[in-house]
Amino acid sequence: MSGHSTYNPTTGFGKFMDSRLPIARLIHDSFVSFPVPRNLNNFYTFGGILMVMLVSQIVTGIVIAMHFTPESTMAFDSVHLLRRDVSYGNTLQSWHAVGASMFFVAVYIHIFRGLYYGSYKAPREVLWILGVVIYLLMMATAFMGYVLPWGQMSYWGAQVITNFFSAIPLVGDTVREYLLGGYAVGNATLNRFFSLHYLLPFMIAGIVILHVWTLHVTGQTNPTGVEVKSKQDVIPFTPYATVKDAFAMVVFMIVMCYFVFFMPDYLGHADNYIMANPLKTPAHIVPEWYFLPFYAVLRAVDFNIGIPFTEIVLIDSKLGGVLAMFGAIAVLFFVPWLDTSDVRSANYRPMYKIFFWLFVANAVFLGYLGSRPAEGIWIPLMKASTFAYFFHFLVIMPLLGWFEKPLPRPASITDAVLAKAGNGGSSHIEGATAEPQSKG
Amino acid sequence: MSEAHASDVTRRDFLYIATGAAGAVAVGGVAWPLVSQMGPNEREKAAGGPVEIDISAVEPGMLITVIWRGKPYFIRHLTETEVASAKQAPEADFIDFDTADARIAAVEGADAEWAIVAANCTHLGCVPTKVDTGLEGWICPCHGSKFDVTGRVMKGPAPTNLPLPPFVFATAEKLVIGADKAGA
Repeated sequence: MSGHSTYNPTTGFGKFMDSRLPIARLIHDSFVSFPVPRNLNNFYTFGGILMVMLVSQIVTGIVIAMHFTPESTMAFDSVHLLRRDVSYGNTLQSWHAVGASMFFVAVYIHIFRGLYYGSYKAPREVLWILGVVIYLLMMATAFMGYVLPWGQMSYWGAQVITNFFSAIPLVGDTVREYLLGGYAVGNATLNRFFSLHYLLPFMIAGIVILHVWTLHVTGQTNPTGVEVKSKQDVIPFTPYATVKDAFAMVVFMIVMCYFVFFMPDYLGHADNYIMANPLKTPAHIVPEWYFLPFYAVLRAVDFNIGIPFTEIVLIDSKLGGVLAMFGAIAVLFFVPWLDTSDVRSANYRPMYKIFFWLFVANAVFLGYLGSRPAEGIWIPLMKASTFAYFFHFLVIMPLLGWFEKPLPRPASITDAVLAKAGNGGSSHIEGATAEPQSKG
Repeated sequence: MSEAHASDVTRRDFLYIATGAAGAVAVGGVAWPLVSQMGPNEREKAAGGPVEIDISAVEPGMLITVIWRGKPYFIRHLTETEVASAKQAPEADFIDFDTADARIAAVEGADAEWAIVAANCTHLGCVPTKVDTGLEGWICPCHGSKFDVTGRVMKGPAPTNLPLPPFVFATAEKLVIGADKAGA
């Protein structure tokens, strides 16, 4: 897609380097002359925002690590020393903590954008899978980072999440002891989580490079879902996409700054201002907001799965909940093959569009349920909402390819843009696409 | 060396396989310590010795939580009504049924009856909150599991009862957790 390189070194040094280490050419071809579809909307700016967020988290993380003591009796105090006594420590700590939340805000918009515009479809399956890998690494990093301040929520979050692994039959308890470095969450756990919390962001950065590489091999999708067909369909990355991304970044940063400077603790939990106490679980333990939907899925399975009319239990409630929770993430890996429709963009898929928004509403509701206690009416609602989540991926997505009648799609990106501008450029619509797809 | 037996197997094939096998052993040998260091260390293992607890001040209906091997354990002095309701409760009330007698401990000669159970929910390890509503003894704040006064699970998602630690009453007022018989 990128075609021939248009990089042309002018200085003597530039020419010297270009024939030895052509890094300037790589950057020019990737971020300056790289052609992007001319009709990208604001939802396509979140990839750039996410890259900036990753850098922001790494930079603030490195500096606050200079003040952090990864030892179970001192970690809590060291974080509060950072907040109270270190120059700008309060801002840096808030920036890192709020940054984690904003990182997830951006990644969820980015994922939903991909689901809406069918960004995972051929030939972008690997691009999508790498994205899911990044999301998983982000979750692991965020979880371990949240343990480090060693407050009550940190400790009990670690307790609950490492216990997921004890659900593994036979070897579960040993696996958990090896994760914790002891028989219970303690100093050894805190130490290794600090080590891994420092490592994982760099692994994310590595996968991000692969993610962008695959993107630059296949080219970006766009709101029409129609592939780029001519030079008219594209514009150079710089200045057009650069400026658009930068503007979105500024707007995003305004929101983030509001949280950092005016309500830095809004997204946290009051219980985390109490130092970890292995004897007392907080009355209402909930994970950070970005894990809530999965927490609801975990708690929806409160029953054993066995052979009907016998006492034989195949999967007990604990393993069942953990499998459902990991399944809720794992199902994302299979989305490119679960979606059987040839049409990419939901703009031309009238039924998928409705189901997509129902799915978004359900995912948000699942998050709300994750914040509710596991009692009363909330339990059946969690079950229904979890069922709807899996139903969307495993039943609706595969079936829509057969039953949905897609709308006519524009012949090219340029056609769509000109039609929207209202000067009659949409003269040649692909008539054939108006027919229901015929599938084997 | 093997030409006489099988002409299609050469010395080079043998060397490939031998080198590959040696390489696999070497990789395993390097990986072993890297994985092994993740486990509980020797000091942690050695710290798992028995602990003595003075229970003379624990009145009927009271609960204390003690730490053994880094994990909390409940020591609950049961009231007479709690013991009676635990013994009468039908098997159908429980997910992982065990008799009340097997889970209630008493010192010979003394009339105090105790429930001594692990304090980490068998679901995901939260410490259940003590409640006093008849048979119900604990409710887990994390995911809503219920346990009776002897730690038997009555409602999921916890799959099994709160485990019983090894313990022994050294005297009527001194409990030793982590030992099977006095003096151990």
